[in-house]
Amino acid sequence: MWGVDIEPKTEEADAGKPFLPSIRTKEENQQNSRPVSYKMSARSAQILLVSSHPEVYEPCDDSFALVDALLADRNNLLEHRPTLCLELGCGSGYVITSLAIMLGQESAGVSYFATDINPHAVRVTKETLEAHGVHAEVLLMDIVSGLERRLAGMVDVMVVNPPYVPTPEDEVGRDGIASAWAGGENGRSVIDRMLPIADKLLSERGWLYMVTLAANNPSQICRMMKEKGYASRIIVQRSTEEESLHVIKFWRDAELQVETKAQTTENRTAVPMEYLLSQIPRLAFWRSGSRSS
Amino acid sequence: MRLLTHNMLSSNIKGVSNGFPLRLDVENSVSKEVEFNPDFLRNMFSKIDWKALVDAARSMGYAELPEEAPDSSMLDSDEFLKKFHHALLELHLDEGALICPETGRRFPVNKA
Repeated sequence: MWGVDIEPKTEEADAGKPFLPSIRTKEENQQNSRPVSYKMSARSAQILLVSSHPEVYEPCDDSFALVDALLADRNNLLEHRPTLCLELGCGSGYVITSLAIMLGQESAGVSYFATDINPHAVRVTKETLEAHGVHAEVLLMDIVSGLERRLAGMVDVMVVNPPYVPTPEDEVGRDGIASAWAGGENGRSVIDRMLPIADKLLSERGWLYMVTLAANNPSQICRMMKEKGYASRIIVQRSTEEESLHVIKFWRDAELQVETKAQTTENRTAVPMEYLLSQIPRLAFWRSGSRSS
Repeated sequence: MRLLTHNMLSSNIKGVSNGFPLRLDVENSVSKEVEFNPDFLRNMFSKIDWKALVDAARSMGYAELPEEAPDSSMLDSDEFLKKFHHALLELHLDEGALICPETGRRFPVNKA
């Protein structure tokens, strides 16, 4: 089924550095002064230890892209010193387990929550965590409904591989594995519910990592988030035969809204997309994308 | 389920105006050792609803936490932090339910 080697089979277009799953350089060990236990020496969850169930989405290209993005940003994450991390829609548990391996547990000052709407996914995630000797509190709920009130403003790192596949609207939120992919019109139904929730839950210094498909119109997602005061950057871009994936990181930028206003006044004739491209050159490949406005 | 998690959960049933804290119906609780990290506890202290934690710990049979919300000077006391640590992270509701304080609806909690 799965090989031991989880190296991406797809072309790496923009991941900063090439992905090297097993080699720790001396330099890197020096940068990270935390003790490296046997468990920590594996840099992400191991595919052979990931539990499964017919009704639970197995780690696939999108899951690997998200974990690769977290690995690519690992040094920043370690410096960031998050206290609470949350995954929405944890599925097999591959991503939250990888994050817990990367950043450490309570002994390193980090605690993890994960949610899924699929009861099988909750069980499988617990099994995957246990198989790797790490802990997260795994909760059965729609997005994050039972945590939304109390966890507001507390989450320092949020990771989401949402159901992003464009489907008929009535397929969204069905039982079982369909909930892992069915994204409604443009694959945006669940994403558009998640974004305001992410904004509510993220702490002042919170970071969000989200997988999107080109069909989700990621540049428009970035614009929506920008209006809420978030800067964004693509951490990983990956194209397979079937889909073109991006992992985007969002973070609050206090100066962003002020800047936006100033720039718009200076340069009234600039169309918004051109403005966006001039600000974030790495978005340039979206120029030929599906954006219409 | 840890009491940290219980402290972060509220009933999301439509029409419920104050779904926090959820009551605990404890069928089985266990204690699992977690490495002690004072910095983590100091970070979490301000985020915790103290009364909810004290009541939840008591319903799990742990009555060592001070009833009144301690002031932040207690965060220098190892003795206090160890009790806080145990209640927050080491006590697990293994089997039972969380109950909505307004509607009485049960949210089952189990291992698998």
